[in-house]
Amino acid sequence: MNKTTYQKAWFFVLPVVALVAFNALIPLMTVVNYSVQETFGDNVFFWEGVKWFEDVLNSERFHASLLRQLMFTGIILAIEIPLGVAIALTMPKKGPWVSVCLVFMAMPLLIPWNVVGAMWNIFALPDIGLLGHAINGMGIEYNFTRQPFAAWFTTVLMDVWHWTSLVVLLAYAGLRSIPEDYYQAAKIDGAKPWAVFLHIQLPKMKRVLTIAILLRFMDSFMIYTEPFVLTGGGPGNSTTFLSIDLVKVALGQFDLGPAAAMSLIYFLIVLLVCWVFYTLMMKDEDQ
Amino acid sequence: MSKITLKNLRHSYLSNPQSDDDWALKEMSVEWSDGGAYALLGPSGCGKTTLLNIISGLLTPTEGEVWFGDVEVSHLPADKRNIAQVFQFPVVYDTMTVYNNLAFPLRNRDVNESEIDWKVREIAAMLDLSDTLKKRASGLTADGKQKISLGRGLVRADVNAILFDEPLTVIDPHLKWILRSKLKELHQQIGNTMIYVTHDQTEALTFADQVVVMQEGEVVQIGTPVELFERPQHTFVGHFIGSPGMNVLACELDQGRPVYGGSAVETTGTVAVEDPSARLEIGIRPEFISFADQGIAVSVEKVSDAGRVNIVETRHGDDIIKLLVPDGGHVPSENAFLKFDPDHTQVYANAWMVS
Repeated sequence: MNKTTYQKAWFFVLPVVALVAFNALIPLMTVVNYSVQETFGDNVFFWEGVKWFEDVLNSERFHASLLRQLMFTGIILAIEIPLGVAIALTMPKKGPWVSVCLVFMAMPLLIPWNVVGAMWNIFALPDIGLLGHAINGMGIEYNFTRQPFAAWFTTVLMDVWHWTSLVVLLAYAGLRSIPEDYYQAAKIDGAKPWAVFLHIQLPKMKRVLTIAILLRFMDSFMIYTEPFVLTGGGPGNSTTFLSIDLVKVALGQFDLGPAAAMSLIYFLIVLLVCWVFYTLMMKDEDQ
Repeated sequence: MSKITLKNLRHSYLSNPQSDDDWALKEMSVEWSDGGAYALLGPSGCGKTTLLNIISGLLTPTEGEVWFGDVEVSHLPADKRNIAQVFQFPVVYDTMTVYNNLAFPLRNRDVNESEIDWKVREIAAMLDLSDTLKKRASGLTADGKQKISLGRGLVRADVNAILFDEPLTVIDPHLKWILRSKLKELHQQIGNTMIYVTHDQTEALTFADQVVVMQEGEVVQIGTPVELFERPQHTFVGHFIGSPGMNVLACELDQGRPVYGGSAVETTGTVAVEDPSARLEIGIRPEFISFADQGIAVSVEKVSDAGRVNIVETRHGDDIIKLLVPDGGHVPSENAFLKFDPDHTQVYANAWMVS
């Protein structure tokens, strides 16, 4: 194919380049700058090369918080995606209840993160919180400020409550876009409900579910505010996820070099996982 | 296989239909004989698809009964009715291969695999799909997908009738013709009853032995293409079928003979109108009007070339009368007289034929 070369076109791309540079590239470069140097303040820098990267990658602390992060994200994806699809399937297809359901579903999404954290903190308090009190009332000892398992349970439950709606809304939109003809044809073909789900609904929801999984992966992998307000990363380090750990390193200990290296590794993990997942999911689409 | 009978059928999508307009299908009784090729013709929104879905069991009629042979099936679900249906938009199961798509309805009915294999290959050969059996169905073109939809109906040995709901809407024009001939060929091969819904008169008239014309939820005429053309029972049929449609001209009645434009119009047969206040019209197709030395005085307004014929528009008072003149035939330049063929002139009272 012959492409016309028109060098002036670059000129028109310039504003976008400038914009992206200011809101992404330049801030990222300052992080890169910190990640390869040591500073003791006063704008004095010493070159360190890849030392911080080596330190972070070999640090057990980083391994532990990465593992916690992966576990958390894995658990919430394993709950929220199937649950979201299941709720979307049971939602009414038409009639006045559609809007009622949609509004109810959208509500958790509208609440700011720190408010969600504060709400669940109070809600789960073992002495005065409704949830905490009820669980203890059933004879199960529950205290999320002292038991790691209880802290995890509460954090996961909070995330499921906050974000399953997003999956529901996306899955619901995907389901509504399936033409009625498909269901009618399946009826005539004698397909059982499970076969309809497997061969019509699930394949037709593939794109929106890909987006849902990506969004939930990224958001949960970078989760900070809610667990910070709810558990503060404790008890001990049991709910110290990557971003909480990062903030501890950067602002708590003021180790800017290691923190910058950690940020970059963190960023690359998110990028890599998204890219691999998206490529795999979309592989068949191009054929 | 058996004939399909609809008895006093009526359907409304509203839960509490009141006026006549609330009924998507007005009361009708229709018989579809076994092995017939039918077309259900009518403008969009006239109830064709509703009628089709009632036959296939996707809809339960508000009133009336559906019989397949000697069995009443009005309340049987679609998968128990031995009906196949092809929809406007091709339905394929994207994740499956063409083979599995064709096998799907049989697997759902627990047919054993060796029989499925034999049947799928037979139908695939019939539809020229043999080469694509191993391919993913989502990769096929629209006509290929529509063939799969049809194939899923054909693989079932127990199918009473195949229903088509405007199946060629999304197919490219040059493939439409091929698929349509394929359908006709299949009908001759397997002899299933086929009911074909369309709003395209060419499709209906080329496919069907019997055409059912519908308008506003009513069946206005059932007949062969020739009958619909020569003796439309309703002015709507006259308008809708034929290009250009039938001329419908307001007339009066004088001692049982229609009078138009001050002169008597000859018709064969007698006219009996019971309701004296009925709106009377004569209907004559452009094909059956010719220029003459005397008759109805008109002025020639417009001549358009339609290939082998010219469509001539003439005016008599406020009426436009169209007629066809073969290419090369004489067309008077201004004032002329028209002659109506008595054998093909019908009289309509309140739009229904009375002669």
